[in-house]
Amino acid sequence: MIAPLAEALDRMTRVGGVWGALLVAADDGLVIAEAVMEGIKPAAIAALAASLARQSGIASEAAGAGTPRFLHLQGAAGTLAVMSAGDGLLLVAVGSDEMNVGLARLEMLRAIEAAE
Amino acid sequence: MMIDELTSLVDEYLRSPRSLAFVDLAERLRTEGRLEAAVRVALTGLEHYPTLSAAYDVYARILLDIGDLDRAETIWRELLERDRRHVGALTGLGGLYARKGDYDSALDHLERALSVDPADPAVVQALMRVRRAAEDAEGDATSAQASEQTLFRGLDGAGRGMLLADRHGQMLGGRLETPAGDEVSEPAAAHVASVAREATRTADMLGLGPWLWLTIEAAAANLHLSAPDDQSLLLVVRDRSMPAGRLARLAERAAETARGWLGEQIL
Repeated sequence: MIAPLAEALDRMTRVGGVWGALLVAADDGLVIAEAVMEGIKPAAIAALAASLARQSGIASEAAGAGTPRFLHLQGAAGTLAVMSAGDGLLLVAVGSDEMNVGLARLEMLRAIEAAE
Repeated sequence: MMIDELTSLVDEYLRSPRSLAFVDLAERLRTEGRLEAAVRVALTGLEHYPTLSAAYDVYARILLDIGDLDRAETIWRELLERDRRHVGALTGLGGLYARKGDYDSALDHLERALSVDPADPAVVQALMRVRRAAEDAEGDATSAQASEQTLFRGLDGAGRGMLLADRHGQMLGGRLETPAGDEVSEPAAAHVASVAREATRTADMLGLGPWLWLTIEAAAANLHLSAPDDQSLLLVVRDRSMPAGRLARLAERAAETARGWLGEQIL
């Protein structure tokens, strides 16, 4: 099970502009599995992505939109994508401002299938 | 001259501390803003005259100035139970309700005070002041309602899925409803401010540069959060049938509209 997940995360990093891919525990923001480029700090990404997902979940519920499934934070110099992977897990991709979010999202869905 | 008047009141009070001079002195100290001294004088006097309505009236005014609205209201209500035509209590409650924003009750009490004493200049002035405040408040409410209806006019879903808030989570305009039609503008505004702070922190710490926007694809709807300027936040919500790209385009147009509207508010 771990090997397919590692392969799936690795495939995510091959998407244009992606610097790293992680599987993260949603409640405490700890890294469960990761594939990141050198110089990328997975612990910080995991913690911040989990926190953003939590806060977004509260706002989404308040707006009557229900539980978030996918977040896309666009910065001037980079991109963060977070997908709910079920069972209290989040799949996270971080990359440049030119990251292909559509492809990254497809690979995230495949990674979730691999994790199941 | 004012100091001379205060000095003479103090002299009179000190000459006969058990006289009724404490009522005028407490009121004088209140109008001078010396509220602690006013409280001491009023309470000391009330020990000697525990049923004196004028003293309770002054004490309630002092409490109002201190900001203890509940106790002031209790005292004036008790005075009205004893004498329903007590002008001081009616005027005091009028001012108190106006301060709470309950202009209907405020005007009701002041008009009753005026019917008891039509020549009392304090009552007339208070009534005019509260009428003006009530008109202003009504104008503000109309203006807020107008901004809710006109801010995003012409844009798809303007009356139910676009919300402009400040960075502290206060509503600026627009309106947000759940898919069931319940209005959730204010709670949503409060929470998007927290999300924006989290987005700023995340983008900063991960080296993503200033955050531009955040989309949230949720179970019942998709949300798009952006910052039209450095003081405001824009939330656009649509059902899941609208693709993320179209939602982003719509949000861009709404942001342009919001910037124009914000510029007009400043001017």
